[in-house]
Amino acid sequence: MSAKTLFEKVWDKHVVSQIQDGPSVIYIDRHFIHEVTSPQAFEGLRSRGIGVFRPDQTIATADHNVPTIDQHLPIKDKLSRLQVQKLTNNCQEFGLELYGLGHQYQGIVHVIGPELGITRPGMTIVCGDSHTSTHGAFGAIAFGIGTSEVEQVLATQCVLQPKPLSMKIEVDGPLASGVLSKDIILYVASKISTSGATGHFIEYTGSTIRGLSMEARMTICNMSIEMGARGGMIAPDDTTFEYLKGRKFGPHGVAWDYYLKQWKELYTDPDATFDASYKFDAADIVPMITYGTNPGMGMKITGRIPSGPDNQKALEYMGLTAGEQLLGKQINHVFIGSCTNSRIEDLRLVASLVKGKQKSPHVHAMVIPGSKQVEQQAKQEGLDQILEAAGFQLRQPGCSACLGMNEDKIPPGEYCVSTSNRNFEGRQGPGARTILASPLTAAATALAGCISDVREII
Amino acid sequence: MKSFNTITSTCVSMPAENVDTDQIIPARFLKATDREGFGDNLFRDWRFDAEGNPKPDFILNQTGVKGEVLIAGKNFGCGSSREHAAWALYDYGFRVVVSSFFADIFRNNALNNGLLPVQLPEDFIQDLFSALEQDPSLKATVDLTNQQFAILGSEKSSGFEINAHKKTCLLQGLDDIDYLINQRDQIIAYEQAGRKV
Ligand code: SF4
Repeated sequence: MSAKTLFEKVWDKHVVSQIQDGPSVIYIDRHFIHEVTSPQAFEGLRSRGIGVFRPDQTIATADHNVPTIDQHLPIKDKLSRLQVQKLTNNCQEFGLELYGLGHQYQGIVHVIGPELGITRPGMTIVCGDSHTSTHGAFGAIAFGIGTSEVEQVLATQCVLQPKPLSMKIEVDGPLASGVLSKDIILYVASKISTSGATGHFIEYTGSTIRGLSMEARMTICNMSIEMGARGGMIAPDDTTFEYLKGRKFGPHGVAWDYYLKQWKELYTDPDATFDASYKFDAADIVPMITYGTNPGMGMKITGRIPSGPDNQKALEYMGLTAGEQLLGKQINHVFIGSCTNSRIEDLRLVASLVKGKQKSPHVHAMVIPGSKQVEQQAKQEGLDQILEAAGFQLRQPGCSACLGMNEDKIPPGEYCVSTSNRNFEGRQGPGARTILASPLTAAATALAGCISDVREII
Repeated sequence: MKSFNTITSTCVSMPAENVDTDQIIPARFLKATDREGFGDNLFRDWRFDAEGNPKPDFILNQTGVKGEVLIAGKNFGCGSSREHAAWALYDYGFRVVVSSFFADIFRNNALNNGLLPVQLPEDFIQDLFSALEQDPSLKATVDLTNQQFAILGSEKSSGFEINAHKKTCLLQGLDDIDYLINQRDQIIAYEQAGRKV
């Protein structure tokens, strides 16, 4: 048998049939849905007069629209309320499991899947959300789809997909203190550009990646889409298995042994080849920030904004100039959250940095846990008290200011250092200016009141 | 889905690169639960100021600019998977988007909604931008059957690639979902063969 990549092993197993000169019919093991990209898909089923083909393989949650305070009260915004209500009605009508507002498992779809053990190695996972790539950290093929495809999965448990090209991104060596996986992926994106991986599925390898926790690996895979990739994945290993053991909906007992054996086969054969390869040295990676309006426009925190005709429009929007240094720039908003960095490990890192300190008075600092379970865990560990004593507001789970569909918006023209994944124009509210960074950089910035190099305070 | 064959139309020129789906339709307009009406908010924050007044500099607000063919800079449709971006473009009246490079999810979403993404060489598109700047009334013919893009009354033309399956679907107005529903027996056979994870 010829040598295969991790991706090919999983892909081949899920091909139901192959259309000549066309896409493959790919079987989907797990399907996540949320309130924003699903209503039209259910409407489609209704107009065709069909039901959900495999209801036990779709899991729903409300995350994009939901408020992050007073979640026990009815949602104030009428349209958001209707959309969330519609999700509830649709799940009831079609017999789907829903972790809605107030449910103990509610949270950002890419946070709850892994923490509940729904996400597993070797699976195919889709969701009407581009950051579905997050689940690739477990050695799954996970990618975002549009609403028509959501309807396809609901109706047939399959999607039509052309096989993507393959790309290997290897990072080797130890990470310096204060440098997180978010810095790795912002660094890689700055090298590859916002479109450099389009048409490809990435596998991340190398000793640096192997040394990361599952949470940190999810941050990496999460941002694959920011380089245009269909998705990104990491071969499962002991770190993965350790994380999965005992998870609520994961396999237990004999089933665990059975799956574990299969998961251990999920790696790229030594002779397998990739369509494209990149190699980076962890020694070159320092805390990163972005200066522009796509995630590929990143630089070292100590760097100066590069010049170039491509930057002009972005810098105009950001109110910045080429040659400028961002270190020391006054910042009024800090957002710690989103499916990139809202897991318990992120909150622990932030809490450990800000413990016994105070945020700068002019900074509005929000911390949004990724899920109800993360929120609970943070409280159990006393992180809520540390954060609040430092002036950081710990709110309730949801996407929040990552995309500003609820009230959590950044005012026009203001800067926000954000742990989310996109700095597009208006992403955090009309006119808002987003600077992407790691949770440590964001926390250090909130303390100092200006963009800060976390290495100077640890 | 409506079928697509050939159209001839004036063009709208938008040379910006990396146009992400947050620009095409900002998140705050994604609260509708049906597919209609998104065209009103297409390119919302480029098109209108905070009070809702049209920004005169934006291409769609300039007098005489209209057409079914949008010609855009490279890496069009990157970012969020929101199909609302394709709906908004279609609802506004576009039937074709031309770029030297499309983001994957957007391309799929467009094809699933009868909006044809036409990928053409970068220098050809740069040429188009200049030609349209000189004469905004130029018309393009987009012929899906023969996979040809041409500017009427000029030598400018180029072939384009499209997946054979997607081409058939568009020409016949067939959804992927119809195809998959017809495959259900095979899907059940797949499940029964125990290949599910
Ligand atoms: S947190 Fe942001 S990126 Fe993640 S799913 Fe929510 S809106 Fe999308």
